[in-house]
Amino acid sequence: MIPELGHFALILALSLAICQGVMPLIGAQRGDDSLMALARPAALGQFVFVAFSFGCLTWSFLQSDFSVLYVANHSQLELPTIYKISAVWGAHEGSLLLWILILAVWTVAVSRYSAELPLSMRARVIGVLGLLSCGFLLFTLLTSNPFERLIPAAQDGADLNPLLQDPGLAIHPPLLYIGYVGFSVAFAFAVAAMLSGNLDQTWARWTRPWTTWAWLFLTVGIALGSWWAYYELGWGGWWFWDPVENASFMPWLAGTALIHSLAVTEKRGLFKSWTLLLAISAFSLSLLGTFLVRSGILVSVHAFATDPSRGLFILIFLGIVIGGALTLYAMRAPSLDSAAGFRPLSRETFLLLNNVLLVIAATLVLFGTLSPLLVEFASGEKISVGPPWFEIAFVIPMLPLIFLVGLGMHTAWRTQDPRRLFAMVRTPAIIAVVLGVLVPTFFYGRFSLMTVVSLIAGFWIVAVSLLQPLRNLRREEGAARMTRSALGMTVAHLGLGLFVIGVTIVSTFTVEEDISMVPGQKVAVAGYDFELKSLDRVEGPNYNALEGLVEIRRNGEFVSELRPQKRTYRVQQSPMTEAGIDVGWNRDLFVALGDPLGNAAWSVRIQYKPMIRFIWLGAFVMALGGIVAASDRRYRLTAAARDKQGVVAGEAA
Amino acid sequence: MLRYAAPAIVFAGMVAMFYFALGRDPGELPSPYLGKPAPQFELPRVKDPSATIGSADYAGQTVLVNIWATWCVGCRQEHDFLLQLANSNAIPIIGINWRDQRQEAITWLRQLGDPYVASGYDADGRVGIDWGAYGAPETFLIGPDGTVLYKHISPLTQQVWEQEFVPRIEQVKQASL
Amino acid sequence: MKPRQQRMLAVGLAAVGLLIATVLTMQAFEKNMMFYVEISEVAKGNAPEDRNFRVGGLVVEESVVREPGDLQVQFTLTDMEAELDVLFSGVLPDLFREGQGIIAHGRMGDNGKFVADKVLAKHDENYMPPEVAESLAKHAAAKAAAQAEAAAEAVKP
Repeated sequence: MIPELGHFALILALSLAICQGVMPLIGAQRGDDSLMALARPAALGQFVFVAFSFGCLTWSFLQSDFSVLYVANHSQLELPTIYKISAVWGAHEGSLLLWILILAVWTVAVSRYSAELPLSMRARVIGVLGLLSCGFLLFTLLTSNPFERLIPAAQDGADLNPLLQDPGLAIHPPLLYIGYVGFSVAFAFAVAAMLSGNLDQTWARWTRPWTTWAWLFLTVGIALGSWWAYYELGWGGWWFWDPVENASFMPWLAGTALIHSLAVTEKRGLFKSWTLLLAISAFSLSLLGTFLVRSGILVSVHAFATDPSRGLFILIFLGIVIGGALTLYAMRAPSLDSAAGFRPLSRETFLLLNNVLLVIAATLVLFGTLSPLLVEFASGEKISVGPPWFEIAFVIPMLPLIFLVGLGMHTAWRTQDPRRLFAMVRTPAIIAVVLGVLVPTFFYGRFSLMTVVSLIAGFWIVAVSLLQPLRNLRREEGAARMTRSALGMTVAHLGLGLFVIGVTIVSTFTVEEDISMVPGQKVAVAGYDFELKSLDRVEGPNYNALEGLVEIRRNGEFVSELRPQKRTYRVQQSPMTEAGIDVGWNRDLFVALGDPLGNAAWSVRIQYKPMIRFIWLGAFVMALGGIVAASDRRYRLTAAARDKQGVVAGEAA
Repeated sequence: MLRYAAPAIVFAGMVAMFYFALGRDPGELPSPYLGKPAPQFELPRVKDPSATIGSADYAGQTVLVNIWATWCVGCRQEHDFLLQLANSNAIPIIGINWRDQRQEAITWLRQLGDPYVASGYDADGRVGIDWGAYGAPETFLIGPDGTVLYKHISPLTQQVWEQEFVPRIEQVKQASL
Repeated sequence: MKPRQQRMLAVGLAAVGLLIATVLTMQAFEKNMMFYVEISEVAKGNAPEDRNFRVGGLVVEESVVREPGDLQVQFTLTDMEAELDVLFSGVLPDLFREGQGIIAHGRMGDNGKFVADKVLAKHDENYMPPEVAESLAKHAAAKAAAQAEAAAEAVKP
């Protein structure tokens, strides 16, 4: 009965979504206030029914109701409760429902916090979000109903894929989706502005905080995904350039470009048509990623089960939403060319370069992801492109960008005196060069040109980001008080610097060895002694495992004791490697059990990963910067106060 | 202005490419045996290891060969429909129990009912692979001359049965008259 | 310089930079892309020389051999028509086992064996990589057809 209620609630949600998507838009076009007023209650009602439906599915999982096909496929009696909940979004149908729920939450948030928007603008934004919701609800109801029954009910479920039985994966998809779906708000604002034809910079100001929130959730979501892949896929990599990862990374790149471009549009009224295009692109790339992952046209390690009818549906949806938005863009954008110019040395120039380089990077990732398809069309050959290409292609636009960031941060709007700029950044530049050469030589005993250049880039941004806060702390004369948004930018760039340092060191100085070991044997890796003391059988709630006990010493001193496992999950009978990791701020020690080699020997992978934590730390600091920036007072002022304040010239973005 | 229409044009090109890519999905690929003789097989029976079931047992008949396993939820989904087919004597169904445990398979057949004339026990999955199985369930329609008339991937339903299988069976009947 | 010339110079430099970057990227692409080659093609000697490629097939039962305690392992892959010996040194993926469909990255060694630097198995044991499924089906059919023909020949008086 509960599943049927959930299904019925979804149908009701669809009818409300249609109402939310159609009425306010008609109302806004005709200037009919009563139709426009429907937007908020319809959005709220839709949210209530979607949430109820989501609750029903969760309930079915908690009750282990194996008469529901989706539950039977992805759960099991012995599954720990926390994973019964996360199993709700563990596969296609449920994750789609989660997507819809998050869209409904964003919509309610927009309708709640948009009191100062003109009624017609609010009606249009909510209307566009309603249309998007219609598409996803139809998709669920027509092709991917999570409440489909299985009669007769299964005795026990087929279990959740063991890879997904992990706290990291329990929270990673929701955060990622909050980010993806959040870009639909920026998209809705852009489309609403284009529909209204009123494209002055106010829409940019309204969009900015929403975009920043979406962006920061996406940042955290991607970082968590990378962290999960690091310890759960078992082999110590943290980014694989897999289609699924790229699907989340492309919107992130476009979203990052959008945040910067919105700053220019809001402050200076420039780049208007470009910003619109980015707002459309960020969300389009989220949708495109969903399509690639769920249609099965690209092969990936974590692909969802594929079904051509689903692929076709998303493709049609994609065509209508993105195609419609781009057509509207082609009609509206020509009137947006702005007359205002700017000097070659100004913040505008740097933000333009930032946008160009980020878009090139996103295009390259898209090209690499789609290249197997492109080549198969062109020549019939089946190819794949590995991480080495992505690494090269990605660094080419990114390295110049990182150097430019440091300059751009300290450049004023409109025009900047070059001598003052160079005087300001001289010290950080010297510090960066010195550290960039010394750190690899001194701590790691070797260096290459690429390592030094990348490290200088990383230290450069860190040093440059600290410049302004330090001057403020010392209360230097002439140092402007930092606004929240300027502080947020500084923190985010500091995070970028930490990330660059982490990536450079971990990819240059990782030591990785596959070794055959018997219990009692010792090996030395990167100055640490690893001793495999014993191998024992242990039992988990729904798996059996072989557990190694590995003691790590350095110069005879005890460092840590790790217990890597080789698990076999009882229902699916599939083996899983559970690595043992000793975490340190400046290095991880990583031990994973491979396979039995005969004669009591096991293959063991031992890794020394210096500074790997900086990768995720950097990402979280970036997201923190987003929180600081999005909480800027400017975005909380009432419409009246804001008009008086006007556009504050010279203020940092 | 072309400059502003460019994104829409590029996007249209991408959609066209994706559309063709979707058609290339392996699930849609016809079995390489379609219209060709089905692979020969002989397997010990699930319920009675001393007896065998194989191609020879259904020579000259129109039959369904259904690849199933107890670990496959799709098989449970289509099981009711298979029972219905078997009860209505529509067509003999031969099972290939693929990569499974014998005891679990026997329990499954006892609890849920047995729609099969007999099921061959294909523990190492060799026969399934000979048949070009991508996964379970898969259902093959075999004509009296031993050729594969149709192959269906994913659970069999009333709708698929009526649309794809019945007309082909009728055709064979017509031809043999 | 006049502003107009300045702008021309800037655009020119950007174009040159873009061109160089494009050439570098495409070169890297050419170097790093890996073709999928069917085992039957490898057996016919049609494997790319001096570059990495991918092969995929089923791990033949009882073909996995290794010196006890040694990391080096050899196994045979089949596409149901031809076979290929694969050498690999390192930790095999969790779902590597006999009868499983896998993909290997590497290149041909001197002894006619494929030296893999990476072995991939899907994280779902009942799923087969599409390339592998496709070539298995194709070659199994080819082999069956050949056998049927041979049988027909044998029956002929």
